[in-house]
Amino acid sequence: MTPILDIRDLHLSFRGLRSVTEVLHGVSLQIGQGQRVALVGESGSGKSVIARIILGLLQETSNAHISGEVLFDEINIGSLSCVGRAAMRGTDMSMIFQDPTSSLNPAFTIGRQFAEVLRRRDPGLPRQGCSTRAIDMLREVAIPDPDRVLGAYPFQLSGGMNQRVMIAMALANHPKLLLADEPGTALDVSVQAQTLNMMHDLVEDHGTSVLLISHNLGVVREFADRLYVIYRGRIVEDGPTSAIFQNPGHPYTRALMSAVPRITGAGLPEVPEVSDDFLAPRFSHGCVP
Amino acid sequence: MTRTFRILLRNPLSLVGFVLVTLVVLMAVFAPWIAPFPTHNGAVVDFLNNNRAPSAQNWMGTDLVGRDIFSRILYAYQISLILGVVVLAIATPIGTVFGLMAGYLGGWIEAVLMRIVDVFLSIPPLVLAIAMMGVLEPTLTNAMLAVTAMWWPWYARLVYAISRSEREEGYVLAAEVIGASTRHIVFREILPNCLPAIITKMTLDMGFVIIIASSLSFLGLGVQPPTPDLGSMVAEGARYLPDSWWLTVFPGLAILVAIFGFNLLGDGLREILEVEE
Repeated sequence: MTPILDIRDLHLSFRGLRSVTEVLHGVSLQIGQGQRVALVGESGSGKSVIARIILGLLQETSNAHISGEVLFDEINIGSLSCVGRAAMRGTDMSMIFQDPTSSLNPAFTIGRQFAEVLRRRDPGLPRQGCSTRAIDMLREVAIPDPDRVLGAYPFQLSGGMNQRVMIAMALANHPKLLLADEPGTALDVSVQAQTLNMMHDLVEDHGTSVLLISHNLGVVREFADRLYVIYRGRIVEDGPTSAIFQNPGHPYTRALMSAVPRITGAGLPEVPEVSDDFLAPRFSHGCVP
Repeated sequence: MTRTFRILLRNPLSLVGFVLVTLVVLMAVFAPWIAPFPTHNGAVVDFLNNNRAPSAQNWMGTDLVGRDIFSRILYAYQISLILGVVVLAIATPIGTVFGLMAGYLGGWIEAVLMRIVDVFLSIPPLVLAIAMMGVLEPTLTNAMLAVTAMWWPWYARLVYAISRSEREEGYVLAAEVIGASTRHIVFREILPNCLPAIITKMTLDMGFVIIIASSLSFLGLGVQPPTPDLGSMVAEGARYLPDSWWLTVFPGLAILVAIFGFNLLGDGLREILEVEE
């Protein structure tokens, strides 16, 4: 089966005034149909720029130089025009952000924003149809009183509630690929776990492929089938989640796993910012989808 | 809307502002019916009654050619309000579009647009208006034009600052991610979040536009006689102070009341809209 997303040898650099900053050094990554894949790495490793490239947002930045191929549903995103990329967003792929509350426009009610999302796919959808479908979607994300939520403004709802609304909106148009950039990092841990579990079940039901971007190994272990570990713009390890957790092959992955804080409070190990060990070649657990 | 109204009326100062503004607007709208001498808004001469102190017949006295000052103030309010509304109705959209484009699009567009704005802002506002009126013929239309030219850059700056910070908000990225067009993002996502500040500034500015317009006509560069204007009425009477004090004091008070009202109302609105944020 062909993967829904196939990134081959992706390079990215930003041209500054005097110098060129290399951000990605040949990233390759595949996501199969209906698969949940996680991309894990520390801040500044290049996780979020990959999401922006997949969405085709970074291609519009004039000082970004991108090479390599990004195939989404067998279409090369790099070869699409501005308009073509915009047409793909919000219909075939959608995204969930870190901070759900700021991702919703404070000037409009949830209902109005939901209608706008639905009209991306069906431009002529009447108001009644929008609210029926929005209520259905909100029920799916276990919101008990969808009518009240549709009439509310984002700042009147809790962060966890907004997160559910965001998930409902992201899945409303039945996208083929959902990008989740550290979803719920702005929420507390129990709410985060709750929403992730719910998201897990939902994408399974809808058969949506997911790319989860995270620095939280606990979240990743629960959520993803496959794992890519990224360090300074390079994929250093990839494979099935269970295989990597049982037997991390790359020095950086091992360092990352030892750096998870434990409730017993044994203290955190020293993880060097830059280490030659971490630049060891990619460790692959094989079995590419 | 009704809630905004309720909060507005609960604050004593903004209530005063609201009452003053309503009063001024009503006086302007119903000037032909309220004015004891409705014909005195034009070139009427009544030398038998010239320069009279306030009396039961002429509540605010009469001017140098015998016209009732109270009646003329009512008509002058008409002109001031029309001027204020027209200036803001033109300056605000121009400034807003400039600010939104510069703030959202960034890059060379931002540089070009904001440098144009800077050029206008670098000239002291009244000087710019005086220079324009010196070149143009002193009519009401040209006065509006001159005040508009000095006014819109302030809106551009205000909206630019807000849209720059709104641009970084998550909902703008979220809109980009669902593939919304630039026009949609600028006018349907960012603009609604700039509106509270724009509305507040417009209310405050009504007062300032009236001052500037009065300053222009005080200098003889604005509305021309015999059309009544608060600024030119003050200017005419200034030479006869302190003996014929009613010639300047009442038009001056009229300016004060209008500006005081709009400022208090604007302050009240700002508080409400800040709370809502």
